[in-house]
Amino acid sequence: MQAKKFMPLVAFAVLAGLLFRGLSIDPTELPAARLGQPFPDFAQPELKSDRQITVAALVDRPALVNVWATWCYSCRVEHPYLLTLAEQGVPIYGLNYKDEPVKAREWLAQLGDPYQLNVVDVEGSVGMDLGVYGAPETYVLDASGHIAHRHVGVLDAAVFQRDFSRWFPAVASPAAAAGSEDGR
Amino acid sequence: MKSALKVLMSAAICGHFWLVPVALAVIETYEFSSPDLEMRYHQLSQELRCPKCQNQNIADSNAPIARDLRVVLYEQLEQGATDDEILAYMVARYGEFVRYRPGVDRNTILLWAAPGLLLILGAAGLLLHFRQRPDGSASDLTEAEQAQIARLLGEPRD
Repeated sequence: MQAKKFMPLVAFAVLAGLLFRGLSIDPTELPAARLGQPFPDFAQPELKSDRQITVAALVDRPALVNVWATWCYSCRVEHPYLLTLAEQGVPIYGLNYKDEPVKAREWLAQLGDPYQLNVVDVEGSVGMDLGVYGAPETYVLDASGHIAHRHVGVLDAAVFQRDFSRWFPAVASPAAAAGSEDGR
Repeated sequence: MKSALKVLMSAAICGHFWLVPVALAVIETYEFSSPDLEMRYHQLSQELRCPKCQNQNIADSNAPIARDLRVVLYEQLEQGATDDEILAYMVARYGEFVRYRPGVDRNTILLWAAPGLLLILGAAGLLLHFRQRPDGSASDLTEAEQAQIARLLGEPRD
């Protein structure tokens, strides 16, 4: 009898709890299917030099692979931060995704070039093998060439500190980075 | 007039679920080498979910990624890939999310089991509800009130 009286309250509490939890879940964020797998192999031209490169060109030490394009507004937003990261010694490879190479070269000439090199992916085939569904996306490639992390959307200092810094301990907090400008 | 309207309405209701996807599907022209492939194309493109615009299948979506997936789907069908192979290709890249009928695993077991669980829960609820009043006479009335009802009901009417 008494228990029955409280049933609506219990039901409400459970529902409210579920809905509240739902507020902090981003439904547009998909689990990355490629996590833990080697970066998919490819044979594509490099943006500036036009020489053919394969995945071997990306594998050396922990690095970022940034998926970008000139048609992508958010890429312009995150570009200055990529330049900052490059200055702090984080190796960044670009995947120029479904873009026109001429425009992409112009972009880099005008805004600065944070990339070690850029994979030209006009057709989006490398992007598809990677599971890219929009730009910008940024992947962490570990030293053995496996995909360790994926971030969808603009990469900024807060996101980097939270999700990326453990692969790049040299880039500590923004304050520490500003204090130790000695090495790369 | 009225009957015509009725026919139209029932057609709309019955046909709704079948007509809508066709009506909304993006218009593209693919030349299929066989009608069978074309049928499988339509089937699979409605069963694959667009990763970008998440509540649309790739047949309905205009997103660039959906277009790319349709091209891949078409090419793989023409190359003779089986449905399972194509789905495996998509899942390897975009995860189980890309399927509207995901495989049963740790993450989707609740989704698959939910209808059965809810049915059992509902049945249990009903059972409990009726168990509590086996003769349907249980009430909160006091004995005096019961007697009053009996008296009132027993009174002959004019």
